[in-house]
Amino acid sequence: MGFPHRSHPRETPVLSTHFGDSEARSLSGWRARGGYRALEQALGMTPEDIVNVVKESGLRGRGGAGFPTGLKWSFMKPGDGKPHYLCCNADESEPGTFKDREIMRWTPHALIEGCAIASYAIGAETCYIYIRGEFTEPLQTVGAALDEAYRDGILGRSAMGTGKRVDVFIHKGAGAYICGEETAMMNSIEGRRGNPRIKPPFPAVAGLFGQPTTINNVETLAAVPHILTNGAEWYKAMSLSNPKSTGTKLFSVCGNIARPGNYEVTMGFPFREFIHDMCGGARPGHTLKAVIPGGSSVPIQTMQEADATVMDYEGFVANGSMLGSGGVIVFDDSVCMVRMIARFARFYAHESCAQCTQCREGTAWVTKILERMENGGGTTRDLDTLLELSENMTGKTICVLSDSCAAPVVSGIQKFRHEFEAHINGKRCPIRSAAAA
Amino acid sequence: MNEAKMITLTIEGRQVRVAEGTSILEAAKAAGVLVPHYCYHPGLPVAGVCRMCLVEVEKAPKLAPACATAVGEGQVVHVHSEKALEARKGVLEFLLINHPLDCPICDQAGECELQDYTFAEGRSEGRLVEPKRFNPVEDFGGDVLYVTNRCILCTRCVRFMDDVAQNPVLNVSERGDRAVIGKFEGQDLTHPWSGNVVDLCPVGALLSKDFLNKARAWELDRSASVCPNCTQGCNMMVETRDNMVVRLRPRSNEDVNKYFMCDYGRLNYRWMNRTDRLEAPLVRQGERLAATEWEVAIAAAAKALSGKRIHAVVSPSLSNEALFLVSRLLGRGEGSGAFRVERGPEAPLVGVEDLALRADRAANVHGAELLGFRRSDSPLAGLRGGDALLFVDADPSVLDMGDLNRAAAVVVIGTALPEVLRTADAVLPIANMVEEEGTFTNLRGRVQRFLQARAAPGMARPSWWVLGDLLAKMGEPGSYFLASDVFTALAAARTEFSGMSYDSLGLRGLPVMAAVGAR
Repeated sequence: MGFPHRSHPRETPVLSTHFGDSEARSLSGWRARGGYRALEQALGMTPEDIVNVVKESGLRGRGGAGFPTGLKWSFMKPGDGKPHYLCCNADESEPGTFKDREIMRWTPHALIEGCAIASYAIGAETCYIYIRGEFTEPLQTVGAALDEAYRDGILGRSAMGTGKRVDVFIHKGAGAYICGEETAMMNSIEGRRGNPRIKPPFPAVAGLFGQPTTINNVETLAAVPHILTNGAEWYKAMSLSNPKSTGTKLFSVCGNIARPGNYEVTMGFPFREFIHDMCGGARPGHTLKAVIPGGSSVPIQTMQEADATVMDYEGFVANGSMLGSGGVIVFDDSVCMVRMIARFARFYAHESCAQCTQCREGTAWVTKILERMENGGGTTRDLDTLLELSENMTGKTICVLSDSCAAPVVSGIQKFRHEFEAHINGKRCPIRSAAAA
Repeated sequence: MNEAKMITLTIEGRQVRVAEGTSILEAAKAAGVLVPHYCYHPGLPVAGVCRMCLVEVEKAPKLAPACATAVGEGQVVHVHSEKALEARKGVLEFLLINHPLDCPICDQAGECELQDYTFAEGRSEGRLVEPKRFNPVEDFGGDVLYVTNRCILCTRCVRFMDDVAQNPVLNVSERGDRAVIGKFEGQDLTHPWSGNVVDLCPVGALLSKDFLNKARAWELDRSASVCPNCTQGCNMMVETRDNMVVRLRPRSNEDVNKYFMCDYGRLNYRWMNRTDRLEAPLVRQGERLAATEWEVAIAAAAKALSGKRIHAVVSPSLSNEALFLVSRLLGRGEGSGAFRVERGPEAPLVGVEDLALRADRAANVHGAELLGFRRSDSPLAGLRGGDALLFVDADPSVLDMGDLNRAAAVVVIGTALPEVLRTADAVLPIANMVEEEGTFTNLRGRVQRFLQARAAPGMARPSWWVLGDLLAKMGEPGSYFLASDVFTALAAARTEFSGMSYDSLGLRGLPVMAAVGAR
């Protein structure tokens, strides 16, 4: 549902069915809404069968990369004699994204159930839910739900009395963006500095504490119980477009939009209708000019591109961006794109872990140039420099933070070059000076 | 041991065969191709952070870090392709934007990898117009100074302290371009091996306080040598400027010290430059010692020793060559020889097997023992009444006037003349270990060569030359023209050394046969 607004009739609530329903938070309330039946069912299946159902469903990672979940799980080789781990990525640090927060606030048991099923499916007895430190309310609700689940014997040495051990722990992050990167997160859980690790080895080979590990996003795991309950076919059938993008997706909408909030639609939903109808379009007296559809790390779309997009993994790529985390940031004509991009760059410069040269130095340098430009001190040569620096920052580092910084810069200059040129030629920000006049 | 699977790949058009699991960077080394890099060091765990060693691997979607990518069968690697060069150029530009470019006053200039690669492959002009970031210089304790602004955050120092010294004192503090190498609260770089971070630092960020502003890298003359400060025998480089030793640095030897050297050894070099040296041969003329020519002094020494049983007190830091010749002098008439070893606390480098600053603070204890010298706390005790005392560069603190009175004659061969030995019949000045060539045998029985690094003062001659002439004067075969001739004679005379020559030792050394059997 378009929480905190009323559900839109064109939405397809699956994960968000109980958003705003505070009774769904408690174990009894959750059970009354059909909770933990999927886990019970799962514990009666073989792990391979669960993995196959998830594979069949076409579920892909909802954290941003869109890697097929079942395939990821199948990398965890059963019977290798090593302890396996599941990490639930609840760091949700991508600017513009706040869907996992709502899942944890309203349906913490959905997440715990997903974690338990996934743990069992990959042969893990231990799962860590890595929740960012700023999420005080989700930390509290998930913590309370975990306590209940343990008290009720759903988790622990014998999950639901089946003799199968599933332990789930909360690990609280300390506010670093980079800890949402899966290998940095593993370092953080281990008590080290949150620096991304070089891959290979991939987590499924040597992850948390050097053991085979799977990392899944909150939304991905929360979808798993529904898939088990309703079947892979049901999930697949929810796609309106590409068979490689199945099920529903939560989009967090913010920025210059009439009704910001979380919306759940099926894959393949038209983006134009989503923005202009479901989310209410522009504020009165304004026109929209740009959208970042998948969190600040993905390329910026012009409205033209956005309007032509179908909302699935392939659709966003076909129109100059990526689905990413589903954090939709909308900009109208009151926004200076140079300022916005400079602000994003500053964020990445602040959050760079400082390992790779390109990222450590590049993000800060790009920020300096953009901020100078925003204040009217830019030159045309700076634009070329920015594009070259962005090229040097793309695809050359351990993780993609550096790429993420470059993406809005490159797409911004390509698609809104006139705004940059207006700053250069007018030696000041046209939008700010118009507002001041 | 399992035979490692071998992988064949092509690097810069050269085919190379290496063991499975080797990194592309090491494979390139084997193929004779240098992949520029900063954070990678063969003695440290791989970090893969500087991104300088990005290479193009055919069929791979992205450039691969050569240090962190394992070789694959049939891989075709381009180190100098346009894509790889562009990537390196980008890294160099990023590294330089906040680098102060104060090469003219930087100790690292001339041996700086940032300077070298920038010169080779970097952009000719900078594009940063914003002010550079500034951080003050920090004293890291021990011998180490941290010039923050020059740091490229390769983290070699952090990894050395964490994984090799296993004394985690350093860290990366802060994030983004604010990041610096930090020191944990209340901790200092006082670990006995921490000076290695200065060598490991590829730029001028970590500097030795001892060497600070002493010399430019291009003014230094370098000689391969072996550290004489304990029995470990770390391979080292002696660096001199204008005939003065100004710095000792480790020289890599996989079998002895890997890439490292302890602070005690590294900083204990001032004695090599001491100026209160014996510069001329002396002979007794009544009450006083008078300077004379070598022939006269050798003859006087030979005369003093002739017909007497000789007791030698030697330094355990003499070369095998010198000790061999002394042992031949003793062998003539049932003589005896002894030495005393200065001791100190042992300090292992935990992350490297069998590497430590050893308690025995002398270079050739094992060699002296192999050549028949007795280790003793009172080496003069073996001096019998009527003996001639031959004192070869030993520590004068072993001397006792009462014992000395038993000597019928005293001959001193040394770098300095201790006050109590002013009663000597003849005094022969010799070169110290950096002024001559020779070999030491380390505590594991490894025989290692050291080369001459500076000229000896005045008339002082290499120890093997002086002892050879003395032997010849006493009627023994002893005319040697080179240190290697003495070693050849030693190898012929002593089974432990048989088959060895300076050529076969090379600059990495070989274990003596006894040691081979014992291990």
